[in-house]
Amino acid sequence: MRIGIDVGGTNTDAVLLDGTGGDVRVLAANKSATSADVTAGIIDTLDRLQAERSFDPAQVQAVMIGTTHFINALVEARRLAPTAALRLGLPATASLPPLVDWPERLVEAISGRSYLAHGGHEFDGRHIAELDPDELRRHAADMVAHGVRSVAISSVFSPVSNEFELRAAEILRAELGDDVAISMSHEIGRIGLLERENATIINAALRELAASIVDGLSGAVAGHGISAPLYLSQNDGTLMDVDFARRYPVATFASGPTNSMRGAALLSGLDTCAVVDVGGTTSDVGVLTHGFPREATTEVDVAGVRTNFRMPDVLSIGIGGGSLVAEGNDQVSVGPRSVGYRLTSEALVFGGKTLTATDIAVAAGRAEVGDPAAVAGLDPTLVKAALARVAADIADAVERMRTSPDPLPVVAVGGGSILLPDDLPGSLAVHRPDHFAVANAIGAAIAQVGGEVDRVYAIDPGRRDAVVDEARQEAVDRAIAAGADPAAVRIVDFDEVPIPYLPGNATRIRCKAVGDLRLGAAS
Amino acid sequence: MSWQLGIEHLKDLARGAAILGTGGGGDPLIGRLLVEQAIREHGPITVLDPDELDDDAFVIPTAQMGAPTVIVEKIPRGSEPVGALRALEKHLGRRADATMPIECGGINSMIPLLVAARTGLPVVDADGMGRAFPELQMETFSVYGVPGSPMAIAGEHDETVVIDTGADNKQMEWLARGITIRLGGVAHIAEYSMTGAEVKRTAVPRTLSLGLSIGRAVREARAAHEDPIEAVRAALAPTLYNHLRVLFRGKVVDVERRTLEGFARGRARFTGYDGTSQLELRFQNENLVAEVDGEVVCTVPDLICVLEADTAEPITTEGLRYGQRVTVVGISTPDLMRTPEALAVFGPSCFGLNVEFTPVERRTEALVQ
Repeated sequence: MRIGIDVGGTNTDAVLLDGTGGDVRVLAANKSATSADVTAGIIDTLDRLQAERSFDPAQVQAVMIGTTHFINALVEARRLAPTAALRLGLPATASLPPLVDWPERLVEAISGRSYLAHGGHEFDGRHIAELDPDELRRHAADMVAHGVRSVAISSVFSPVSNEFELRAAEILRAELGDDVAISMSHEIGRIGLLERENATIINAALRELAASIVDGLSGAVAGHGISAPLYLSQNDGTLMDVDFARRYPVATFASGPTNSMRGAALLSGLDTCAVVDVGGTTSDVGVLTHGFPREATTEVDVAGVRTNFRMPDVLSIGIGGGSLVAEGNDQVSVGPRSVGYRLTSEALVFGGKTLTATDIAVAAGRAEVGDPAAVAGLDPTLVKAALARVAADIADAVERMRTSPDPLPVVAVGGGSILLPDDLPGSLAVHRPDHFAVANAIGAAIAQVGGEVDRVYAIDPGRRDAVVDEARQEAVDRAIAAGADPAAVRIVDFDEVPIPYLPGNATRIRCKAVGDLRLGAAS
Repeated sequence: MSWQLGIEHLKDLARGAAILGTGGGGDPLIGRLLVEQAIREHGPITVLDPDELDDDAFVIPTAQMGAPTVIVEKIPRGSEPVGALRALEKHLGRRADATMPIECGGINSMIPLLVAARTGLPVVDADGMGRAFPELQMETFSVYGVPGSPMAIAGEHDETVVIDTGADNKQMEWLARGITIRLGGVAHIAEYSMTGAEVKRTAVPRTLSLGLSIGRAVREARAAHEDPIEAVRAALAPTLYNHLRVLFRGKVVDVERRTLEGFARGRARFTGYDGTSQLELRFQNENLVAEVDGEVVCTVPDLICVLEADTAEPITTEGLRYGQRVTVVGISTPDLMRTPEALAVFGPSCFGLNVEFTPVERRTEALVQ
């Protein structure tokens, strides 16, 4: 069995699961308020699980935790380490040095220092300039003088060749000692220097916090007598072990929505579907393909910094349980204005004076919440029109998120999902799984291990198949290296985009492989 | 008439230039960041109306050529386009009085601004493509007798190359393309040097201010919750690009791309919201021809722009994805881009299309707007 825990900003969800793959049983589940002390919070959560269903800690094979600690630390600009950004690319790239487009407040919060040095590669692997060890040593001396405790290294086209980032890290390590953390961009982001470099700098600034959080989590789990390995969930729905988490905290940033979607999909038994999470004010629509969320193709702005994290693509529309319902000329509107958290005092069924979407659902007999008598007098035509409006808007959002003409089943979760009918316009069946309140923790517990390749290849005539095989094999190898069971690794995402104006049919290939976690001997 | 361009103009200009990129031209983002930084260091840029140029003033246009994919990774040193300009000045034995864009769509709207900020030279509010095109000979300059040669190319190691192919602009393009690859897939260039009188005779006028006004119109319409496409129409009305036709409203149902001879070619299909009609778009880096239910409604050199339906955000040919809701618009180009001489250089036949050019406003007379 295994344990999944999702530590959100407000609530902490936990589940105890048995079984593997798609055949999973929920043995226990609970939800509690997130506590300020990470370690105490996890201990408390484990105690509650133990109280709900007694289990032998030695029988637990793995503990998976999803957390918002790191993204919150960045957004709140606190507990960030003094950080240096070193870029290898001179003489190119000098016009836009590292940190150039960062908000000043954040640069101050990380005491950010920016360094440029020779190095970098061309798209085809040639060197822009050779590495200059003396130049790097001079930069290192300046870092020491300014109290830098964490360094981010980026190099031009490091997704094509990581050679310079590795060598520069070695040189800095010799100068700075083992107490200074080093983060390398080729392990964090994809093509797009500024965005990848930004993600690496954020990662560097979070390294000290990562060490303390990971120690806290490990301590809490071990203190409970659980000796099984601990994993953290990543943005793309895959896992990293704690050693990786110490080095790459940035990869946890968007794990919340991803875990929620994957958990909901598992509960409904679907692996390709749209997940609609209807909350109080908005509905978030995401799409899962073979169990993984589709990723956003655009740059993502985090705390005012442009990055290219692997974030799930989520469309939010202004419809939720608290949405205001209003009659206009010939039509009924629902949202985007909402009573939000005041639903339980302002909605008609709770004795308030505002007509909300929840009142409509109660009047239609879709839910029993509050006092149904309070809405018994509502005009049935209005109720019908409002429900039709909600169904049409949600169906439209699902339609926008579809990536192929094939029909896509819909999984509805969240407190506001009572607003949805059993079938949406466009003959989309709506599934409503049990336990959806702890979908996040389930998503964490069922997470798999992945490996990714994102690189520009020169494809000689007749060699396409060989190059594609090579890319796929590398993604598989990376997944296995990250802890996936070699017998169960498969390719879940493959994308091939030809690049104009380059010779040799240059093609950018992105490939992702995932597999179930290789679990320890206990069962 | 001359005016100062500052950091506050750059986002609008980048958005407008992306629309004028008509599906290609390269993302102006890195270009915008470069110019922002240069203005921060050197101060605002003087933009000259072409009418203000002395007939004997000497203008050297500057640009970037190569693969947009490389630029997002290998950011320029920043001195390369100035290096190209200086190399050409040295070769010609004459100093430039101003620089100018060769292309107003995409990232090349920004490179001359970088040069202007770094050198203090003014930039002329005009260009030679009136949009984005894939090759260097596709210029109104070359159509009306200004040769591209001699041309200077610069890389980030201060290396420069001068190409002189006489009047043969296609050969210049071919040689420059090869050198660009050697320089890492992107290079900066200075070419089509000319007098003020030649600018007035051969350039598409006021295309920097055109990009700026389109970009501003879209931003203001979004903020006021008005239709941004109508705002673009209104912004275009008093310009040489005075016809905007909505060719189609619908969603992307199919995209197919391949690389051929170094170009990203392909086609995309769109279906109307009622499902009855279809638009097919063919592209080669930029959008080339749009057909609705088998009938051609717009062809190059008129602009075909795929805009996100709600926001009018331009979608590049690389960015087309299944399911996007879009409005496809056709925009008329100025008369000097539609003459038989111009069509012989960048008309449909230059892209291997077997279609006659007919102005978009004539092809779409029957369409209800």
